[in-house]
Amino acid sequence: MTGDALVRAEAVTKSFGHVRALRGVDLEVHRGETVCLIGPSGSGKSTFLRCVNHLEKIDSGRLTVDGELVGYRRARGKLYELREREICRRRADIGMVFQNFNLFPHLTVLENVVEAPIHVRRERAADARARGRELLARVGLADKADAHPAQLSGGQQQRVAIARALAMRPTLMLFDEPTSALDPELVGEVLDVMRELVKDGMTMIVVTHEMAFARESADRVVFMADGTVVESGPPRELFAAPRHERTRAFLSKVLM
Amino acid sequence: MVKTLPFRHARAAGVDEVVVPRRHPGRWALALVLLVMAVMIVEGMVTNPAMRWDVVGDYLFAAPVLEGLGMTLRITVLAMAIGIVLGGILAVMRLSGNPVLVGVSIGYSALFRSIPILVQLLFWFFLSAVLPTIGLGIPFGPVFVEADTNTLISRFGAALLGLGLAEAAYMSEIIRAGLLSVPRGQSEAAAALGMSRGRALRRIILPQAMRFIVPPTGNQAISMLKMTSLVIAISLPDLLTSVQTIYARNFLQIPLLTVACFWYLVMTGVLSVGQLFLERHFGKGVRV
Repeated sequence: MTGDALVRAEAVTKSFGHVRALRGVDLEVHRGETVCLIGPSGSGKSTFLRCVNHLEKIDSGRLTVDGELVGYRRARGKLYELREREICRRRADIGMVFQNFNLFPHLTVLENVVEAPIHVRRERAADARARGRELLARVGLADKADAHPAQLSGGQQQRVAIARALAMRPTLMLFDEPTSALDPELVGEVLDVMRELVKDGMTMIVVTHEMAFARESADRVVFMADGTVVESGPPRELFAAPRHERTRAFLSKVLM
Repeated sequence: MVKTLPFRHARAAGVDEVVVPRRHPGRWALALVLLVMAVMIVEGMVTNPAMRWDVVGDYLFAAPVLEGLGMTLRITVLAMAIGIVLGGILAVMRLSGNPVLVGVSIGYSALFRSIPILVQLLFWFFLSAVLPTIGLGIPFGPVFVEADTNTLISRFGAALLGLGLAEAAYMSEIIRAGLLSVPRGQSEAAAALGMSRGRALRRIILPQAMRFIVPPTGNQAISMLKMTSLVIAISLPDLLTSVQTIYARNFLQIPLLTVACFWYLVMTGVLSVGQLFLERHFGKGVRV
């Protein structure tokens, strides 16, 4: 819990039609911190995560990453929506890992990893490929560089997706239920890679149902319900002595 | 617990009956009847002296027929090119979220799909009657360049406009369906990596959409090849018009139409093979 806030959310709201997904979320994530968002489905965890890199537009409130408003520019007391170029520039610094991996099926594993560094960051192809192989080795898939995603298991695909996000040298990593679509025996290999990132001091926001991971690796656990943050704290405190009834009820169901 | 018995044990246990697949005598009977009918038709055509197979042979590679064939191929390729490029633009406009572009795209498709292609061909051909010159300049102001409509839109130009612009309306629907068939997660992943929408479309979405776009486009190309014969209405010397010009002189309609049929069959065959290769190419990464 050192350093200044990299992500700061104040009273963030978001509705889909009549459904109020976020009803005023306040949250800070500091540099180098790993924060796990837990809570029942429909509590707004994933929606909040998607707001952080502007995959969803917030309706009101203030959301900043690295001191810059997400998706907007303030001028003359109003918020102006940013041009696409600006939004892309900021997204490039934020890595995201999806529940369904979303690898590009027409590209090989290595091509998946180097696509954005070459075409968005304008890195030299040779450099990007060298670094891509390095990252694949780091997630234990050096030998799969030339395979297509369809030839990999779910766990391997998700590790490629993590390498792909890391290739952009992000300052922040977002994980949206990274292990929920995996067969149980493949969950461990993905969590291992994520634990390595925690050790390296990456700033991470992880939406997860893996309570063991949250307990061991998170600096802070945030419990959300009905579109707001109910409570947050170090995992040991939150899991051992939840202050709110909602938290207690949820934990009693997921911690057997 | 079910134990799989090794083969020789199965034998010993007396379960070695041979499996006999069901017989289908009806299929054989039907095939025989059809075969006899086919032989009768072919025999009738081959031995019929009025078919004048010698004439078919004489004209198969005759210069005017081959020139007409070249014209048909040129119109097919160019009209399809117009259709694909313009159709792609219309599809992207339709999906752009910009209400003006969406409206223009919908209006275009509605207009060009509602009017028969033959009517469109004639329309472009006779346009000069109401619009003798076409110029470029400031709206309601001075005109800088001006040209005679008849020079600007030749017979050939009218054929390309008539066939190509209508094709674009159909191709835009095919391409749009292809783009929509790519899961949303793909564009989200591209966006999360900082790709602009245009780049994501070119590098991520379109290559995956091709798998759904190529087969119907092949159908369109084959159908375009045959539709070019409509240019007979504006007397453009394509394959059909060429053979018609010949049988108008010698009255051997069926033999000369057989020549045309032969070439249409050959060209359609070539296109079908090409389509097969394209499909294989764009299926990459999907089948393991």
